[in-house]
Amino acid sequence: MANECNVKNESCIKPDDPRFKELKAYIDSVRDQQGISIMVLQEAQRLFGYVPLEVQKWISLELWDYSVGELYGITTFYSQFNLTKQGKHKISVCLGTACYVKGAQAIVEALEQYLNIEVGGISEDEMFSLEATRCLGCCSLAPVMMIDDDVYAKLYDTKQIPEILSKYYLESELEDEMESEVGA
Amino acid sequence: MAVKKVNVTINGIEVQVPEDYTVLLAAREAGIDIPTLCYLKDINEVAACRLCVCEAEVNGRPMRNLPTACVLKVEDGMVVRTDTERVRKAVKMNLELLLANHNRECLSCDRNQTCELQKLCHEMGVESTRFEGEMRSLCYDDLSPSIVRDSSKCVLCGRCVSACDKLQNIAVLEFVNRGVNTKVAPGFGYSIRDTDCIYCGQCINMCPVAAIKEKTHIPQVWAAIQDPKKHVVVQTAPAVRAALGEEFGVKMGKAVTGKMVSALKRLGFDKVFDTNFSADLTIMEEGYDFINRVKNNGTLPMITSCSPGWIRYCEEFYPEFIPNLSTCKSPQQMFGAVAKSYYAKKAGIKPKDIVCVSIMPCTAKKAECARPEMQVDGHRDVDYVLTTRELARMIREARIIFDKLPESDPDPILGEGSGAGVIFGATGGVMEAALRTVADVLTGKDLKDIDYKAIRGIENFKQASVKLPIGGKNVEVKVGVVSSIRAAEQVLNQIEEGKLDLHFLEVMACPGGCVHGGGQPHVSAKDRIDQEVRSERAKVLYSEDKRLPHRKSHENEEIKALYEEYFKEPNSPISHKYLHTKYAEHFIYMPDVTDRV
Amino acid sequence: MAKNTTTLETLQTIKDGVLAEQAKEDNIRILVGMGTCGISAGAREVMAALKAELAQKPDVDNVQIIPCGCAGMCTYEPIVEVLEPGKKRVTYVHVTPDTASEIMYKHIFGGDPVVKYTINGEFKTLSEQNFYTKQKRVVLKNCGEINPEDINEYISRDGYQGLAKALLEMTPEEVIDVMKESGLRGRGGGGFPTGVKWSFAAPNKADQKYIICNADEGDPGAFMDRSVLEGDPHAILEAMAIGGYAIGATKGFIYVRAEYPVAVQRLQTAIHQAREMGLLGKNVLGSKFDFDIDIRLGAGAFVCGEETALIASIEGKRGMSRNKPPFPANHGLWGKPTCINNVETLANVPQIILNGADWFRGFGTAKSPGTKVFALGGKINQTGLVEVPMGITLREVIYDIGEGIPNGKKFKAVQTGGPSGGCITEENLEIPIDFDNLVAIGSMMGSGGMIVMDEDNCMVDIARFFLDFTVDESCGKCVPCREGTKRLHEILDRITSGEGEEADLQMLQDLAENIKLTSLCGLGQTAPNPVLSTLKHFHDEYEAHVIDKKCPALVCKPLLTFEIKDDCRGCTLCSRMCPVRAISGETKQQHVIDQTKCTKCGTCLTVCKFGSIVKY
Repeated sequence: MANECNVKNESCIKPDDPRFKELKAYIDSVRDQQGISIMVLQEAQRLFGYVPLEVQKWISLELWDYSVGELYGITTFYSQFNLTKQGKHKISVCLGTACYVKGAQAIVEALEQYLNIEVGGISEDEMFSLEATRCLGCCSLAPVMMIDDDVYAKLYDTKQIPEILSKYYLESELEDEMESEVGA
Repeated sequence: MAVKKVNVTINGIEVQVPEDYTVLLAAREAGIDIPTLCYLKDINEVAACRLCVCEAEVNGRPMRNLPTACVLKVEDGMVVRTDTERVRKAVKMNLELLLANHNRECLSCDRNQTCELQKLCHEMGVESTRFEGEMRSLCYDDLSPSIVRDSSKCVLCGRCVSACDKLQNIAVLEFVNRGVNTKVAPGFGYSIRDTDCIYCGQCINMCPVAAIKEKTHIPQVWAAIQDPKKHVVVQTAPAVRAALGEEFGVKMGKAVTGKMVSALKRLGFDKVFDTNFSADLTIMEEGYDFINRVKNNGTLPMITSCSPGWIRYCEEFYPEFIPNLSTCKSPQQMFGAVAKSYYAKKAGIKPKDIVCVSIMPCTAKKAECARPEMQVDGHRDVDYVLTTRELARMIREARIIFDKLPESDPDPILGEGSGAGVIFGATGGVMEAALRTVADVLTGKDLKDIDYKAIRGIENFKQASVKLPIGGKNVEVKVGVVSSIRAAEQVLNQIEEGKLDLHFLEVMACPGGCVHGGGQPHVSAKDRIDQEVRSERAKVLYSEDKRLPHRKSHENEEIKALYEEYFKEPNSPISHKYLHTKYAEHFIYMPDVTDRV
Repeated sequence: MAKNTTTLETLQTIKDGVLAEQAKEDNIRILVGMGTCGISAGAREVMAALKAELAQKPDVDNVQIIPCGCAGMCTYEPIVEVLEPGKKRVTYVHVTPDTASEIMYKHIFGGDPVVKYTINGEFKTLSEQNFYTKQKRVVLKNCGEINPEDINEYISRDGYQGLAKALLEMTPEEVIDVMKESGLRGRGGGGFPTGVKWSFAAPNKADQKYIICNADEGDPGAFMDRSVLEGDPHAILEAMAIGGYAIGATKGFIYVRAEYPVAVQRLQTAIHQAREMGLLGKNVLGSKFDFDIDIRLGAGAFVCGEETALIASIEGKRGMSRNKPPFPANHGLWGKPTCINNVETLANVPQIILNGADWFRGFGTAKSPGTKVFALGGKINQTGLVEVPMGITLREVIYDIGEGIPNGKKFKAVQTGGPSGGCITEENLEIPIDFDNLVAIGSMMGSGGMIVMDEDNCMVDIARFFLDFTVDESCGKCVPCREGTKRLHEILDRITSGEGEEADLQMLQDLAENIKLTSLCGLGQTAPNPVLSTLKHFHDEYEAHVIDKKCPALVCKPLLTFEIKDDCRGCTLCSRMCPVRAISGETKQQHVIDQTKCTKCGTCLTVCKFGSIVKY
């Protein structure tokens, strides 16, 4: 049987996760408005980082008007929604026109090669997820990429990329060390 | 109120049509057929396939681009052309684009010759496509007992999506992803088996191609017929006789009962029985169940349990109504249980050697017969279910000329049905049949006025009340009849909110009841414009009812014999063993499901 | 419930107060450009440094540090401007936290401007740049001038006066008449007259009507809406209230991209402030007109810029377009009459009401009055946001404002209208920009992206890039757009990878025309434009790809040939670096590339220190 939609649903979100309570409070605060499904999914993604089956099923029961199928249809239509767990850091490479004509594709390729992932994927160590986005609105700084909220501008030379990424690995190592010290 | 009429000129032909008409409908009045694929009157008017494009002028000003006739409202003085080279070129190219992303195995396709895309391509002279390229990722889901999805055939017209949402309000099937990656699927890559699908098959009825179809039991049935050790009995649901003829060119609205029975005999079934028989049996059991509930303060309203789509829906979404469900098995299952007990005994055949096949207008029946509890003493009530369409396929395969078949009658013992049994196939039929018996039982009379017209017809929800003597008092018994899940959901909500007070409720999952079930012959979107399928087919059943000698279930001679010889009386312990069942809440989209599609 | 006591007089009092404060002799206002572009360039750190310095001097009370929107000249960010009554405005550019401290000490506290940090060290302000002299700022009038998070500053620049005039002095019909007379046309792309649009929704009877601000700016390379929302959010609220009054809507929605967090936050602040002051809510300015606004965040779908898809999205559905008619003015959000206007369009409205239709018609051309904001980008010296009167020529925008093409390269084309637009060539640069002229030359206004391309850009590749975008962003509903754009893209892919045939060009043309003709919504109807316009203007380039199998701009890798010239010194570096070992040759001998092995990665060209490798 052709297997096309291997959505990983393995997630560690349990029905008693306290974040459901927060989501419930949010839903109650907007319940009297019309057409709240997308708002609720956005809030769910803010709380959980992604909207896997467990979360959508929960929302479907909470918002009686929306079946799991409909919510899934919505979350696969809009590129903002993630159905799978995301990397610790989100890399978004701008593929707006200004960036493209100035060579943004090379950044994407370099990142794919370096992290050994494809656009939309997450690196094996779960440190980075890679996305190509529409215009980030920094056209004068083209080509640009963002890692979380940091903008890296004028990336004409893709050789800078390993260096930029290593910064995040270093930070992560430091955090780990601090944690282990605190733990000890 | 008279609708205002406007004048429109289409391809030079002037027509006067009501002002709420679309160009598509106006063109039909002018004798012009505009190609459509996604269009489904009142259900899916989305202008997505862009095959009904035309050139239009309003007040002498041409409209921008090529508007779509399916949604373009007529205006007085509008001039439309559908016959220009520009329009033909556009239609052809859009067909080519569809073909480029379509699995073109037409010869071996289930819908060969009933496929609306194939028909259009043939009519428009589109034989191949210039746009070969990457095709949609495949998804072939045959895990469910009822429904098979084949995305390679899907044209993304959205007719199934609308059927599931607008008719049923379940919305299992949805558009997923976007752009060229769009597909129609349930959520999260789940097989339809593990979703909220109730197997009603309305999606199949609406599909213009073979992207959704029933899971076939034809090979198993052929094998059983060929097996000399097996005694194969077949039952046919009431609604089948109202539609089977359509598969063989008979005009919609004509009964083919006699020919159908002959065909089944020629196919090699050992005995040809009738589900009308067990429909009558259901009325006996359900009628007494109802009388008991009313007399003994049981859970009311009692809700019928004949429609497996409805049962599955209730178990998924309204488990709180499970106590309201009649414990009676559906006529199909009752038939199987009786065939492998009472009939087996009478015919001197071991139950294990009997293969029970049913011909149903329904896809959910396939799932119903596979429910684990549908067996007695290790014998499955029903072994295989064929839809009306599958039966037609077998008849064709057996090279039987349907038109030339003689008329014959079903075999005795389980072959007689009353008029009450036959109307089961239309929405309101079960309730009417039940009232005929319940009223006679409670009044102790042989009532003559038995046409309950208030609960006939294709409206989704109908109500009536009947004054009946219960426990010494004259009680106004309030009954309701609802068809389609969307309407049923509203009725259930009203009952829960205390806004609706009923004693007895008939629910059918399919709009119009079984005559419009998911296993019935395909009716093209074009034919649906010109005729109301639900009422045309229902008409057949009500005229059968008129013609039958017995019109009440309790007057059926074979039913009387069955109780005398076997079950003693309705709701007896032995009838409970064979004819009644249990329900339980059903869970969907469970995370531990590993086989996805 | 907010007590509503705000009146016209209140607005006047606030305005007078703010202006008087600013006019005080020793008042110093420091404006820090805090649009997304400024923040990306480090404006937050600069702001922090300025504030830290100010905090060192608790006795100084005449200095205000004000975050403001984007001034449009993104290349100079972070920008800090100092305004003192009676003195020349001082503009510091490329400010860092260190220079910020220095500016505070020397200029603010010391009274001595630091000339070396101004533009080119010439003590010039932004408005003295070529970039600004041909501009006319109507829409962007407050961007970079006021604190967008302070409603009083907006009021001080005649904010909410337009609303007051509409509500207190005009009937809804009069408002619509003024809008019609002004000739304002929708800036979101189509150019439909705004007043006419309003007049369609106004007469419809309904228990509820809506006005929607379309802030789902999605054209790659256009960011004027973001700039307005970030720099002047109250203008949008005011305009929506005016529109609501005109058509009879009491509820407004702003549908804004979630990727614009700064804009969203400023809008929220603005709505909150306007509600507090009773400029939104019940009985606005004592006029008995009720109006309120909610924000809805887009979730990442370009097609939601299309009206009907946007409505579907606000309704909480997949953003799939539906056929028009019926138009939203009759059957819109939740089936109610709805008017949808784009951000830039709305930003014009308060000023038109306040100053009159004739004032507005004073800019631009007869058929396209007013100004248009363009996001100038690509291969051009000065990138950024420019607001120019309609009727200006493309040449003026590119050469006078944008200061031409960098690195002495040759201009090739300018792309307007984003994925819906087309490429305009040298021969059409003198055409005055307006809605109709751009359409006539095969492009469109679109939302105002203007991307300049030079000789190094391959036009087939550019067409493929835009199709890549539309294939991904098509909603997938209708056949020509869903299936057709995919096939267009495949054909372009074939051509750019050297597998194209001459017949492909005719197929491209036919298919593109069919998509344009039969698609359901604006996205599909315009999606083929990049193909059609490049096919028209750069047919030779397409032919070079399919006949000669060459990419004249040297962009399409599979069509390139790398060769080592005979001045090769045989240093072996290229041979060692070649990932597929396609280069052979002895030390100090001429090296050769095996063309059958070469993957055209270009590594050899990059590493060769002697310029001995050529590609063609």
